[in-house]
Amino acid sequence: MNNRWRRKAIQFCQVAGLPVLEPFIRLAAGEDPRQQLREIVKFAVVPILTVIVLLGLWAFAAQRIKTDSAQLPGPGTTWEAAKELWAAHRQQRQADARRCEEEYDKAVVYMVEALLTERQAATATDEDKATLLANASLLRKQALQAANYVPASAPTFVDQTLRSIGTVFVGFLIASCIAIPVGVLCGMSPLFNAAVSPIIQVFKPVSPLAWLPIASIVVIWWSSGSDPERAVFSRAFLISAMTVSLCSLWPTLVNTALGVASVNSDYLNVAKVLRLSWWQTLVKIVLPASLPMMFAGLRISLGVGWMVLIAADMLAQNPGLGKFVWDMFQNGSNSTYAKIAVAVLVIGMVGLVLDRLMICMRNLVSFGNNATS
Amino acid sequence: MKISTLPYPEVARPPRRKVPQVLVELHGVHKGYGNGLTRNEVLSDVNLRIREGEFLAVCGFSGSGKSTLAKLIAGLIVPDQGELTMEGQTITGPGPDRGIVFQNYSLLPWLTVRGNISLSVDSVFANLSRGERSAQVGHFIELVGLTHAANRYPHELSGGMRQRVSLARSLAMKPKVLVLDEPLSALDAMTRSVMQSEILRIWEEERQTCLMITNDVDEAILMADRIVPLNPGPAASLGPIFSVDLERPRERVALNHDSQFQGLRNAITHYLVAVRDRSRAAAEDAGDVTRTLPQLTPQVFRTPSRTLFNLPI
Repeated sequence: MNNRWRRKAIQFCQVAGLPVLEPFIRLAAGEDPRQQLREIVKFAVVPILTVIVLLGLWAFAAQRIKTDSAQLPGPGTTWEAAKELWAAHRQQRQADARRCEEEYDKAVVYMVEALLTERQAATATDEDKATLLANASLLRKQALQAANYVPASAPTFVDQTLRSIGTVFVGFLIASCIAIPVGVLCGMSPLFNAAVSPIIQVFKPVSPLAWLPIASIVVIWWSSGSDPERAVFSRAFLISAMTVSLCSLWPTLVNTALGVASVNSDYLNVAKVLRLSWWQTLVKIVLPASLPMMFAGLRISLGVGWMVLIAADMLAQNPGLGKFVWDMFQNGSNSTYAKIAVAVLVIGMVGLVLDRLMICMRNLVSFGNNATS
Repeated sequence: MKISTLPYPEVARPPRRKVPQVLVELHGVHKGYGNGLTRNEVLSDVNLRIREGEFLAVCGFSGSGKSTLAKLIAGLIVPDQGELTMEGQTITGPGPDRGIVFQNYSLLPWLTVRGNISLSVDSVFANLSRGERSAQVGHFIELVGLTHAANRYPHELSGGMRQRVSLARSLAMKPKVLVLDEPLSALDAMTRSVMQSEILRIWEEERQTCLMITNDVDEAILMADRIVPLNPGPAASLGPIFSVDLERPRERVALNHDSQFQGLRNAITHYLVAVRDRSRAAAEDAGDVTRTLPQLTPQVFRTPSRTLFNLPI
């Protein structure tokens, strides 16, 4: 029983790309304590010490670097700014909750009035009845509006982070839905590859910021028919998502094409001997064999997309982390640079988590060749 | 005068031995790669008959076209000239009636052992019910002795176990001819001898027609009914057929002292060595292996006492 949970825990660490936890598990199972302690020192303690040393260097540099208008924020100032942003978020949430309750109470009052008016209308003369009923329906509408009140306050830092993550996922999904089929076709058919390859090579090195105005035209045309207030995704969101997808299309496409084209010829021989149809060969042999390369491409795409998103948010004015940095920079209050430093760290940490998720997913389909970084 | 003829005496005759029918026939097969100046003739004028139920071994050097021969019989490549027939009909492509076991196993790494064998069975016997198919898969897993590892992935198996899975996968197609393309070359010597016994045991049970390509003469004599040496390339052809009359079951340790085994081994080895020497001599005569240099006298170079990056300064 002991061995089984240990083996499963180590397997989990390897697949999830967290080899640093392995010595702790082995230590808990009582396996060769000296060796495990050495590993822990190497892989857990040394990085933590390095981080502390870097924090010290940062604090030292922050004291020295001063301009007329601003000062580079140190770790302490950044931590204060982070707490401030979190407190502002909590306050905003509480204010919104209170407002929602007030509106709900108002909605109840409206509804009661509407019911009373209707009861009056039931026992009134004809001309009064019409006006009373009109009043009642107006009151009902007001009640409904008040009950569905959505606080339209300015988005807080946490809201902006979540919105950024949402944008990058939508953009990434759109990019994957286009890139994976095209990549598979490129890999399977050299003719298709020769046809599409010049286009890919011309558009691959284009910076996302150059795509942004063109993306705006397309999105505005797309949403020109519908009401901007009631759209599921706002225009800025769509423009950012489109820019992200135009950028993160290319790594997935190239890697998928490479993965499909380099399927081991022995596997294809197996398919030929079993006389599998074209579709069966694709689904049973080619796609599973090319999944590791495909996921490696997806991981690069997500990383590139997250980097591009910050710039796209700034330019498209999508209320995400990019816009936060831009607004802070324009406003120039006391704690501006500290807040920007907080934003930088949050961007980095979200990027790290996204990258780790993709590593984990790649390991799940890699049949034994687990990547750790 | 009446001659009373006695009834014909009942003589116990030995039962008529049925000559097994020819399953695969190669007639005048040529195969080469490339065009024009870069043309490389791998096989030329190959004639072979494989009979039903026999174990035929093709023995030869590396690079002499053994894999090409295996792929031709399996139907993965097409000969340039000559006839290649199976039960009288020309082989045009691969199919499940000619199974092939590759040298490097080629197991699908994302499927378990059971999954790999099920792929074979589900593709070939799609008309059977699910229960019958899984019973067949279970039978072949048991046949190669991997019941305890049926749910493991290939990367969790040793080399010998992977080769067993590959063998089970090909056997599960119930092919008429099984081609083994150097199946044991990638294994160490101990595992190799274990696997030889395993393959023989499975062959005795199923009496499958087998063609095994190998580079080990001892292995060929141990396992086969007939041995065909493959001459070294280029333009390799098959040598004379050696028939192995040793009784089955054959045991390696006992065979080492058997004079017939030793005689056969010497004969085949001498033939292979002789044919290799002859081909080397022919290559030297034909090609420009040696060149004569013009008369040169060496010059004395004065090396400078100081150099920087091997340049004189």
